[in-house]
Amino acid sequence: MDSFWLVTMAILAGAVRGGTPFLFVSLGECLTEKSGKINLGQEGSLLAGAMTAYAVSYHSGSPWYGVLAAMGVGMLLGLLFAWLSQLPRTNDIAVGIALMLFGSGIAFFFGKPYIQPSAPLLPGIPLGAWSDSTQIQAALRICPLFFLGLLTAYFLAWFLRSTRWGLQIRAAGDQPSAARALGISLKAVRTWAAMAGSGLAAVGGSYLSLYYPGAWTEAISGGQGLMAVALVIFARWDPKMCLVASLLFGGAQSVGPALQAAGIQTGYYLWNASPYVLTLIVMVITCSTKKSLAGAPGALATGE
Amino acid sequence: MTLIPPENLERFTQAPASLDLYRITKKFGDFTAADEISLTVPPGTVHALLGENGAGKSTLVKCVMGFHPATSGEIMVGGHVREIQHPSDARKYGIGMVYQHFTLVPSMTVTENLVLSRPDVPAAVNWKRETARLEEFMATEAPFKVPLHKRASELAAGEKQKTEILKQLYLKSRILILDEPTSVLTPAEATEVLALLRQMTVAGRLSIIIITHKFREVFSFADDVTVLRRGKLAGQGKVKDLDRDSLAAMMMGGTSSAKPVPSAPRATTSTSSRRTALRVKQLSVLGDNGLTAVKDVSFELAEGEVLGIAGVAGNGQRELMEVLGGQRPAATGSLEAHGQPYHGTRRDILAHQFHTLPEEPLRNACAPMLSMAENIALRTFDQPPQARWKWLLNFRAIRKSALPLIEAYSIKTRGPDTPIRDLSGGNVQRAILARELSTLPLKILVVSEPCFGLDFAATDFVHQKITEARDRGVAVLVVSSDLDELLKITDRLLVMSGGQITYETPTATADLAVIGTHMAGHG
Repeated sequence: MDSFWLVTMAILAGAVRGGTPFLFVSLGECLTEKSGKINLGQEGSLLAGAMTAYAVSYHSGSPWYGVLAAMGVGMLLGLLFAWLSQLPRTNDIAVGIALMLFGSGIAFFFGKPYIQPSAPLLPGIPLGAWSDSTQIQAALRICPLFFLGLLTAYFLAWFLRSTRWGLQIRAAGDQPSAARALGISLKAVRTWAAMAGSGLAAVGGSYLSLYYPGAWTEAISGGQGLMAVALVIFARWDPKMCLVASLLFGGAQSVGPALQAAGIQTGYYLWNASPYVLTLIVMVITCSTKKSLAGAPGALATGE
Repeated sequence: MTLIPPENLERFTQAPASLDLYRITKKFGDFTAADEISLTVPPGTVHALLGENGAGKSTLVKCVMGFHPATSGEIMVGGHVREIQHPSDARKYGIGMVYQHFTLVPSMTVTENLVLSRPDVPAAVNWKRETARLEEFMATEAPFKVPLHKRASELAAGEKQKTEILKQLYLKSRILILDEPTSVLTPAEATEVLALLRQMTVAGRLSIIIITHKFREVFSFADDVTVLRRGKLAGQGKVKDLDRDSLAAMMMGGTSSAKPVPSAPRATTSTSSRRTALRVKQLSVLGDNGLTAVKDVSFELAEGEVLGIAGVAGNGQRELMEVLGGQRPAATGSLEAHGQPYHGTRRDILAHQFHTLPEEPLRNACAPMLSMAENIALRTFDQPPQARWKWLLNFRAIRKSALPLIEAYSIKTRGPDTPIRDLSGGNVQRAILARELSTLPLKILVVSEPCFGLDFAATDFVHQKITEARDRGVAVLVVSSDLDELLKITDRLLVMSGGQITYETPTATADLAVIGTHMAGHG
């Protein structure tokens, strides 16, 4: 196989491998934002989820308990966000930043003892077992959480379109006064949306510590929780587009390592910056002072 | 919230749709917003609820709708006393409300909006079945058609209003409360919607309470009328036994009858002989969504003239207004004041004495946290005596210059140091009007919806001030969706529709029907 195919293969595999956490965080954020709240604390949920999953997996011996525990912790953080951000005279962004710091703070504080020991990790499904090539085998080794994320994306799209709760969430996010007139409790709807959203972000965190890279370190996230917020804008608040955007960001992340693996050393660190550059480009393209964004929930972070 | 089984819903909605309110009182702390108000709506009739702002109309209907339960009093639906503690109770008894501000979710289609409004939205919605059901409803029961697949944000105001009414019929409401339903419609749309509702009451399908301040609607549409004033019942009766003067006397409390603004003396000299103060040349403006909101608009405004721009809200007036006020860049075209290019900078504003009074002044023309005196000084604070060397502010002078204006414009406030956001809407409007009109060399004045939400007295006052300014030789442009207001105070009228000026007429010879068709875009 020549190096072009090697690089392409590696990038595609990287899209799946690196895109999974983006997928969970962005789906969670998409759900939260659809209800009219913007939660920047997703980064905190991601880190707290990563730490919790690793610790619980280490103590219980089962990585799946870790994933569940991470989800629980994420939902608690989401509850905290929902409560704080719906108090009078607070602001989503400020509360989000506070929770980002809080979430990472508790993760670092309780996570110190788990940096050294190794916990049981999530298994990969060897879809490339038919091939002799170790590269193909490695590329097609896919974490079950990715498929779970894939299902979640399609489920969420259906949920928002065709269920009572989905319609209520959209009403709350787009026109709170209409939702109130329909007797929908904004508080309840937004609390559940924030909890579910934060829980999903924490599952994304468990993927980081339990599959790829597969260890607990404080630098594990690299701001992925924040990038996922940009990604939701890029995806126009559409869960299926979140999937596409996550894969794109994941792919961008793996350009550097893939090129290095193929023996191309030039600009390694520059290539590693590509997801961040992509974030900036998305922001510049989609933000305009003159027009509001199509697809954006009408009441997003308006404090209404 | 409990869901009602369909068979119960059927039972309630089949009940004769009469509504009796018996001595309803609503207190907020020490303040009595509605005081022992009783009224009766017999089945199949229209009852008008009339009153100035703050008279207690909304408070009363919110009690009926269960938004805030009444402090005391009884509500009877179909002859039975009913406890209404929550909006779902009102819905259970077949009472529905159409709000002044639309309660459709803009990003959802009409179908989605209708299904969402049901008390028993299925956990998982089968869109195919719901669509089929709605199509059948539209074909059999609905008195008018709306496009089911369109998003609410794509509907015109009239279609939205119709959708709101359809929603209530779809929910099988038998008693309908309409809160100023025609404020966003063209005269033709208003007549159409009201006529359809009238038909449905005559057919015995609905009873209606309509909140309004338009006498025309009371006389052409209602059977009975209740007038509220300051939370109390000011009068009640059959519409056919009453006339305009007695209604106005009830509203104003008998002491000061609603005196019509002395109709403005129409321009005696032709406009062409006077100097042009403002010239708008082929102006195009983009809206928030990036689409063209104002398209190729040109007009001239002469000194000593009141020019009106009529139109249904949302046809580009706001964007035009924002360009005139320097808040939004023009895409193409230009503005000229007194023959010179005008860019809306502070220097231009001062040089041409070009003042604007945008709609919703608290949001668009105030610094809400600053005191009233400081807000009044926003035009002059950098000029002596309010500032020394153009930068050192003299707060005592700012305060002092506000005092005579508070007096002259009878602004009700605790004092010049009150933050302006603590003032009521009418008083904010007066304060900003004081700011914009009090500078003596004022030459050009542009106002938008100057009387929105004001009571009779305040409306008269604003109209009088505008007429006075006109008589001083000020060039005045009034943008308003209230046609009656424009007919009263303007010398010349333009009609704006779809972002364009579609019609022009001297007000003295204006034909309401022709203006209406142009407002609706059928000109």
